[in-house]
Amino acid sequence: METYDFDTNIVIARSVNFFYGSFRALTDINVGFERNKVTALIGPSGCGKSTLLRLLNRMNDLIDGARVEGEILFEGKDIYAPNVDPVDIRRKIGMVFQKPNPFPKSIFSNITYGPKLSGNCSNLELDALVEQSLKAAALWDEVKDILGKSAMTLSGGQQQRLCIARALAMKPDVLLMDEPTSALDPISTAKIEELIDELKRTYTIIIVTHNMQQAARVSDYTGFFYLGKLIEFNRTEKIFTNPDVRQTEDYITGRFG
Amino acid sequence: MTERRHTSSHYEKELQEIKDGLIYLGALTEQAIEKAIRSLLERDSDLAKKVIESDCVIDNKDIELEDRCIRLLALRQPAARDLRFITTSIKIVGHLERIGDMAVNIAEKAIILNELPQLKPYIDLPRMAELTRAMIHESLDALIKGDIALAEEVRKKEETVDYLNDQIFRELLTFMLEDTRTIHRAVIIMQISKNLERIADHAKGVADMVIYMVTGKSVRHMPECGA
Repeated sequence: METYDFDTNIVIARSVNFFYGSFRALTDINVGFERNKVTALIGPSGCGKSTLLRLLNRMNDLIDGARVEGEILFEGKDIYAPNVDPVDIRRKIGMVFQKPNPFPKSIFSNITYGPKLSGNCSNLELDALVEQSLKAAALWDEVKDILGKSAMTLSGGQQQRLCIARALAMKPDVLLMDEPTSALDPISTAKIEELIDELKRTYTIIIVTHNMQQAARVSDYTGFFYLGKLIEFNRTEKIFTNPDVRQTEDYITGRFG
Repeated sequence: MTERRHTSSHYEKELQEIKDGLIYLGALTEQAIEKAIRSLLERDSDLAKKVIESDCVIDNKDIELEDRCIRLLALRQPAARDLRFITTSIKIVGHLERIGDMAVNIAEKAIILNELPQLKPYIDLPRMAELTRAMIHESLDALIKGDIALAEEVRKKEETVDYLNDQIFRELLTFMLEDTRTIHRAVIIMQISKNLERIADHAKGVADMVIYMVTGKSVRHMPECGA
């Protein structure tokens, strides 16, 4: 079994099993997510990739009958240890969902909502944070003059970048993305992909995608999941040119199902 | 090696068409070599002319197959083994087309030699021709079966062809040293031999690509420049 060290890997899953009631959704997952890299999780529907992603910031806590075994270590500490506050974890490990889900508030408030809740920032600081976050999400130029307008007036692609800006405003270390472009048109998708490439300088990104070309385009590492198991984890280039495992090869070449 | 079928049967069919096309193109080049050498052995210049004329069939097939490959790259975004198969096919098509051109060169030389008294009985040339023809056949067989061992055998045969080429050169040298009137014919025979030797290089190129396709590892320029 491969061992992952904390110097290069910001998040490490060790012997993780996950159950929804009696259904075992993940079996013995061992994987490390390298700092400032993009890791893509691919696999057919129901393979466990989104389940793993949601485990990484304790989103599955909310599901009745869900049970985790093993360890998920963030900066060397188990995020499922009894004394850990899940809210604290979600601040450091942000998430962007499949469908853009801005709050029905102004663009400005969407960014400041989280930081306001979690601490006292001055108005000046909030202004700076909004600009900073929107710039980091490559949305600033498009919305700088309409910050007071409702976020719901933005296009789908803009809304998704707003959600990324909202996640960045919490100054996370890791950004989880669950099919972030599946509801977007190709141009908005290209902008998000471009953004991912920019963001990895500052953040570690883990992305679940059904679009294999997207995984190939944006990620440094790719993990292929099937029936709750991590079948192969490797450099993306390797996975898409010459994978080690036959099942991976069958999946990425379209010989599945 | 058994391979699972694609979920898309249309894609599966398109890949199969490229395979079939390579086999067909390979068969055309084999025929071209065989006929070009026969036109020399049997002093049949009409046959040599047919080889020259039918090269455009090979050329057209070359373009058609390359088009098919490029279309699949654009439309199917192939990955892994499929990607290696398609890129490999593009290179193999190039090798086969060049082999066709060399068969034409041989046919052209045969026409010249057929007008002149025969310098010597041709013994090694047909052996070389048969070896190179077999190399093409086996390398494409290896491609279809994904058979690395067979591809390796093809690569070894290239050495034998090189050896025969050297041997023909030495033999012709003795003719030329003894009688300068043989120089014209000897040089033409050498050119034929050289063309066969180049054909063997291209057939080895095909075998190299088969190994790459199956393993993902490049063996080209090895051992000369190999790490």
